[in-house]
Amino acid sequence: MATKTPDTTSHGDLTTHHHQFDVVIVGAGGAGMRAAIEAGPHAKTAVISKLYPTRSHTGAAQGGMAAALANIEEDSWEWHTFDTVKGGDYLVDQDAAEILAKEAIDAVIDLENMGLPFNRTPDGKIDQRRFGGHTRDHGKAPVRRSCYAADRTGHMILQTLFQNCVKLGIEFYNEFYVLDLIMVDEPGAKGKKKAQQAAGVVAYELATGDIHVFHAKSVVFATGGFGKIYKTTSNAHTLTGDGVGIIWRKGIPLEDMEFFQFHPTGLAGLGILLTEGARGEGAILRNASGERFMERYAPTIKDLAPRDIIARCMVQEVQEGRGGGPNKDYVFLDCTHLGAEVLETKLPDITEFARTYLGVDPVHEPVPVMPTAHYAMGGIPTNIKAEVLSDNDTVVKGLYAAGECACVSVHGSNRLGTNSLLDINVFGKRAGRYSVEYAKKAKFAPLPDDPAKEVREMIERARSADGVERLASLRKELQEEMDRNAQVFRTDESLRSVAKTIHSLREKYKNIGIHDRGKRFNTDLLEAIELGFLLDIAEVVVASALERKESRGGHMRDDYPDRNDEKYLVHTMAYLTGDATSANVEDHITIDWKPVVITNYPPMERKY
Amino acid sequence: MATQTSNPSAEIAEIPSFTVTFIVRRFDPENDAEPYWQDFDVEMYSTDRVLDGLHKIKWDIDGTLSFRRSCAHGICGSDAMRINGRNRLACKTLIKDLDISQPIYIEAIKGLPLEKDLIVDMEPFFESYRQVQPFLIASSKPDKERLQSPEDRARFDDTTKCILCAACTSSCPVFWTDGQYFGPAAIVNAHRFIFDSRDEGAQVRLDILNDKEGVWRCRTTFNCTEACPRGIEVTKAIAEVKQAVLRGRP
Repeated sequence: MATKTPDTTSHGDLTTHHHQFDVVIVGAGGAGMRAAIEAGPHAKTAVISKLYPTRSHTGAAQGGMAAALANIEEDSWEWHTFDTVKGGDYLVDQDAAEILAKEAIDAVIDLENMGLPFNRTPDGKIDQRRFGGHTRDHGKAPVRRSCYAADRTGHMILQTLFQNCVKLGIEFYNEFYVLDLIMVDEPGAKGKKKAQQAAGVVAYELATGDIHVFHAKSVVFATGGFGKIYKTTSNAHTLTGDGVGIIWRKGIPLEDMEFFQFHPTGLAGLGILLTEGARGEGAILRNASGERFMERYAPTIKDLAPRDIIARCMVQEVQEGRGGGPNKDYVFLDCTHLGAEVLETKLPDITEFARTYLGVDPVHEPVPVMPTAHYAMGGIPTNIKAEVLSDNDTVVKGLYAAGECACVSVHGSNRLGTNSLLDINVFGKRAGRYSVEYAKKAKFAPLPDDPAKEVREMIERARSADGVERLASLRKELQEEMDRNAQVFRTDESLRSVAKTIHSLREKYKNIGIHDRGKRFNTDLLEAIELGFLLDIAEVVVASALERKESRGGHMRDDYPDRNDEKYLVHTMAYLTGDATSANVEDHITIDWKPVVITNYPPMERKY
Repeated sequence: MATQTSNPSAEIAEIPSFTVTFIVRRFDPENDAEPYWQDFDVEMYSTDRVLDGLHKIKWDIDGTLSFRRSCAHGICGSDAMRINGRNRLACKTLIKDLDISQPIYIEAIKGLPLEKDLIVDMEPFFESYRQVQPFLIASSKPDKERLQSPEDRARFDDTTKCILCAACTSSCPVFWTDGQYFGPAAIVNAHRFIFDSRDEGAQVRLDILNDKEGVWRCRTTFNCTEACPRGIEVTKAIAEVKQAVLRGRP
């Protein structure tokens, strides 16, 4: 790997290396690598990732990427925009959704031209299939809009983007764990609030234990989600919300964090994802008596209703005693009528997952499924240029975010399937383009005297942690409590219980002990730091959920079961305003609101 | 609210847990002159994965045990390792599929420099990958998608499944003795483009793989095919590349 020899400095036994780039991208999943492909040819660019790029969780996405290509049947980007807005229960910023749907078409063509092996129609065009919430003419019937490569579309996107990064010679820093964002005062900033801008990041190199300072004009965060705040999740072990947590600790707000998507069809008990593409191909959800229960809840599009609705219906079926299995605690995904050929050619991976992990062959028997924590609709607030915002509309100079870690907001309170692979491509590209545009005209902001100081202290603290608390137990307690009390259904009482648990976990976290005192590949230390981010992020989710006293999209409050547009047709903006370890969450998290951008679609009742 | 547990099948069928002995090859370059084997007894369910066992060791017994993992369901390619002498992904190997009357032996994949415990340096592996030009080479700049028939698309379908986990390459006896050999994974990724009807770079890649460290080093031991967690017919793909080299075209 081309790594330039930088200047180094030493503090005790910690060596710090110093680098300088025009654009530094944090995260090498779909959004990060799409940004790199856009930025790399025009500016000195580095991509820093906790993992090897091809390990990123974009690779686990299965079903497809939406674009109104109209290769199979009539479709339009305007219908796609409407579906996205309605799917998000009208909390979507409609200007952003319009960009998403419009630029989707070029985004798919870009990927095909880069080499992505999409499935094809008999006449050689990109094949398309149905997906939840994507409809013809504003809800009349399901439409074939999802472009796909079997049930490994995310894998093919990740591979194709990596291949093109190799082609362009993009410089990667693999297994470098970014732990801090360097913010400095904007030169000549006037006004009552002192404005800050991004000046780089500080990373910990896993292989050596060395610290690296990356001085940059533009910094792009593309760090993915944080599903590991939950126990039952489709997310990778590494999705611990580090990027979002770094931003949070810098005092930048987080938007719409209460909206977390539970994907309906996780393998029961395990949470491993089975694509919605299965239902797109005709699979049916059934309860214990074999009833196709979605007919009762969404008579028009049934099993292709959006994920929030289906997840709630599944939990309701189980709560009312119609679940299957000895404990009546799951429902079934029935693919048996699709035939072996469709399963083997269009859904081979999920067929294998069911066989491997549950010992169930989807060709012959229905697969036990339950909702699994899947996707964060909320995150780092950005505008349509992927610029990060420090309040409702102030841009942080030099700082960009895209993909799941960002909230632009194209997903509102509930994301439609296939819109996330689209999001990373459209807004990843935009982050690349605008970060270069800024880097071309900006100067390097001077760094503080010792930019790595905080990270050095964080590492030293973690490495010498010799308390009695075990980090795995604390993490498990957090995840189980989040599953129990902040999952598909929430109440004031359940959320306050989680907040209390988090406070007690924070106290215990101060007293953890780790075993590994070494410098090389110290994954014990890594997990200790990750747990700190998980605690922070979980608390923001809970604090935001407490303040939204209504039910909308992925946020269902049993104590406030209706949507309340009069009061809550606004984005939630959570700010860290005090000591994170204080007992009462209201002491240190302040909730504010931000208007939703509405252009063409006034809110309506959401029926399918 | 429905509660979910991490192991419903254990609850449902009342499967008892049992003790499994893992014998792990440890190496910490900061403290050990040589690798050594260490035993761990772990309570497991038959539906657990080997990765769950490693996590139980790391989280409950010895936090210094070091290994890579991420997705935990066989798609990210982080946790290839030698399990009872065979290259497999720890997250795709279920305890019930192993003979647990015997200890389970775990060690790092072979042929790549050992960094720590189950972690190897992947850089030589990715360097071989980069050398075969693993990207679409096409001169046309269409403003729509390039057309490709389902039959043409099917021709390279198998090799698009590769997750670059290195299970194949590090199971190859030729690679063990000759680290310069491109290895199966790089050839698989060359195959993926050589047989793609949209690609124009086949000749370049065939020349690269006609090198003395190229496809002719393959001795068709089929270790790679057996090792592939994605079920790719690796040896067959290598054979197809050999034939293409002889033909001088895909």
